[in-house]
Amino acid sequence: MSVGIVSYGAYIPRYRIRVEEIAKVWGANPNSIIDGLMVYEKSVPDLDEDTITIAVEAARHAINRAGIDPQEIGALYTGSESHPYAVKPSSTVVAEAIGATPNLTVADFEFACKAGTAAIQTCMGMVDSGMIKLGMAIGADVSQGAPGDALEYTAAAGGVAYVIGKKDLVANIESTYSFTTDTPDFWRREGMPYPEHGGRFTGEPGYFKHVSSAAQGLMKKMGTKPSDYDYAIFHQPNGKFPTRVAKMLGFSSEQIKPGLVVTRLGNTYSGSCMMGLAATLDIAKAGDRIFMTSFGSGAGSDSFSYTVTDRIEEIRNGAPSVEKLLADPIYINYATYARHKNKIKL
Amino acid sequence: MSVPRFWRRLKNIYNLIGTHCEKCGSFLYPPRNMCPKCRRNGMTIPFKFKGTGEVLTYTIVHTGAKDYTKLTPYILAIIKLDEGPQLTSQVICDHSQIRIGMKVKAAFRKLGEESEKGMIYYGTKFVPMEG
Amino acid sequence: MRDVAIIGVGCTEFGELWDKSFRELFVEAGVSAIEDANVAGGKIDALYVGNMSGGRFIEQEHLGALIADYSGLASLHIPSTRVEAACASGGLALRQGIIAVASGYHDIVIAGGAEKMTDVGVETTTDALAAASDREWEGIMGATFPGLYAMIARLHMHKYGTTQEQLAAVAVKNHHNGTMNPKAQFQNEITIDTVINSVMVADPLRVFDCSPISDGASAVVIASADVARKYTDTPIYVKASAQASGTISLHDRPDITTIDATVAAANWAYKMAKLTPKDINFAEVHDCFTIAEICAIEDLGFVKKGEGGKAAESGLTAIGGKIPVNPSGGLKACGHPVGATGVKQAVEMVLQLRGEAGKRQIDGANIGLTHNVGGSGGTAVVHIFGRDK
Ligand SMILES: [Zn+2]
Repeated sequence: MSVGIVSYGAYIPRYRIRVEEIAKVWGANPNSIIDGLMVYEKSVPDLDEDTITIAVEAARHAINRAGIDPQEIGALYTGSESHPYAVKPSSTVVAEAIGATPNLTVADFEFACKAGTAAIQTCMGMVDSGMIKLGMAIGADVSQGAPGDALEYTAAAGGVAYVIGKKDLVANIESTYSFTTDTPDFWRREGMPYPEHGGRFTGEPGYFKHVSSAAQGLMKKMGTKPSDYDYAIFHQPNGKFPTRVAKMLGFSSEQIKPGLVVTRLGNTYSGSCMMGLAATLDIAKAGDRIFMTSFGSGAGSDSFSYTVTDRIEEIRNGAPSVEKLLADPIYINYATYARHKNKIKL
Repeated sequence: MSVPRFWRRLKNIYNLIGTHCEKCGSFLYPPRNMCPKCRRNGMTIPFKFKGTGEVLTYTIVHTGAKDYTKLTPYILAIIKLDEGPQLTSQVICDHSQIRIGMKVKAAFRKLGEESEKGMIYYGTKFVPMEG
Repeated sequence: MRDVAIIGVGCTEFGELWDKSFRELFVEAGVSAIEDANVAGGKIDALYVGNMSGGRFIEQEHLGALIADYSGLASLHIPSTRVEAACASGGLALRQGIIAVASGYHDIVIAGGAEKMTDVGVETTTDALAAASDREWEGIMGATFPGLYAMIARLHMHKYGTTQEQLAAVAVKNHHNGTMNPKAQFQNEITIDTVINSVMVADPLRVFDCSPISDGASAVVIASADVARKYTDTPIYVKASAQASGTISLHDRPDITTIDATVAAANWAYKMAKLTPKDINFAEVHDCFTIAEICAIEDLGFVKKGEGGKAAESGLTAIGGKIPVNPSGGLKACGHPVGATGVKQAVEMVLQLRGEAGKRQIDGANIGLTHNVGGSGGTAVVHIFGRDK
């Protein structure tokens, strides 16, 4: 397969809330939460930001980074579990706002935290088949955690966009492999504001089984092993899960370090491991190999194997790095956070 | 604003697409179908502005407009685009940071929504230019 | 063109008039104007009704007919026309009446203005007023009227060093004048501290920098100079009537701190009256916000551009000053029922020029000027009145 990443762009809102601040409200011990989750703070959208505005900013960064002609984008998919409309695509707004309309196909994807990587796979197939020249796959969320729920400490906001094509690649996608079962570990019913989850059931039968099965499946298919890779990224609902699954699979903490953005960002859901990949590409050199596995509750995982090309140097500074987006945050208290997250009904 | 009325101008608002008069060279935003200088002799074509400019004047609105009560207080400003035209928009930054002459760039944000059930309006606001 | 005079004036009190409807307000003002002129209803050739937003404020359009009907003029089938130019609707109705008489088309007409703003909630009122700006390119971006004038004020302060206290001095002066006007919405004195410590509306404008939401109506009887003396010994002559348009959006002005429609209308008016700003004894200007009065006295040529801030502070524009501005209390203290304002300014002219303005009478008032603005300056109307033709 000669398909890969032509460009990428990320966006993170500037607001952050610290885990201590949330713990204080619910009378929880912040240290035990930080130890348990390995997350210190999470991003919070501005009052006028949502999944669509975040997706547009990420998409524009991807367009600008490599000087993409938006009219060459033949397909655009936005993966999210927090599309502002239940019916009416986020992707039409994004396509219009980057100047990609009208000659393209778009749709919104939803698969908990892996809708964005499913979008990458869809674009890969369409590019490789010759249906389209370029495809854009976006993962973006302003994820919701119910007040006081464990998810509230990590549910964050951010988005990442990848342009998939055949020419001028910054990273070849050598192969991809998916593992999917019907495992109801987490869901949100139509019209409900907050998701429900199975507590510890989301761990072993959910995250660990699917991530490790997809990862092992890809390495088996390709005949690779963890030591063949310079970097690895696993879906990051917190800091602990990806660290543990990396260890289980035989990846070192050094390999996952550049992409482990969750500790300072929280879980950006559909943007999660795609953000880790963006942070890794920000520092990768030509020839580096990167391993990535997403996870979406419900449940499934998509694994990818990438090799970075020397074009990475040419486009690296064309858009803000993840590190830059994480820098200079504005810390807010819980009351402001509640207002930003529309938890106060007017 | 009604849905068709917003939809008609949505591309302009999302992407700062205004008008260029090829006759006199004027750059116009908001878009116009007649050049105010050349009038009937003008030759107007759509023109996409870069989205960079500076704050000409501003205010911090404490009693917000109807669709903006959730955002109040907010910074309302007149932005002079680098290509010349001036427009009204909001600047997203710390309220102590805003000043006349501040360099800004376009950002994509929610403008408002009709209600929890209604249409959501998106468009261009401005954020400080880095550095 | 014939010479034209005002032979009768009437005005309701301005304020939150809970027990009075739109039509009652207009009829009250109209009847007092007719009684003042001592004209029989049958002599009226036409009615002009200035109103900004009956549709939003009282969900009533077709106001010309409504007013003709409730003035008892429906059976006479007198033509009645509603005129709209946002906050300049009154000034425009006055001008339509003047043009109708000056042209010889009519001999005696009534021009009035009315607004009933308190029948709806403040949010609807604010939104209806915002419709005077460009809804598509200002309103949707979150522009409010105080917001637009606040941006003028911010730039004026930046360019000319105008201060918060100088803005406040306009409100203090106009409140003081209001204490002498029994029709005024606010008849209480305030201090600089009252203004600068009041609630912020749109930085740097505070609630005491803003004119209020008001109900009210005013009317004048306009006649050709030939017949005027039949009705009154003190006709007040219209020396000039000018109207100018500007960009509807504030952002499109070449200079944000200059309402160029005011400059244009004033220049035309001075030319028409063969006068200069120095010849004007007093003025009623459009002070919807304190900064608006500062810009107005600059744009009308009473002071140099940039020096408007000092005028109220130094007493230049006080009653007894070199050029008294807004002796009625202005929009700020007298109140601003938008459609009525432009006509009320003419009522004040007539009272002052007749020497009937009571405690707020300006000594030696021979020539006065009114200035009425629609929106942030999309329309400006300037009239000059005198005791002589
Ligand atoms: Zn032209």
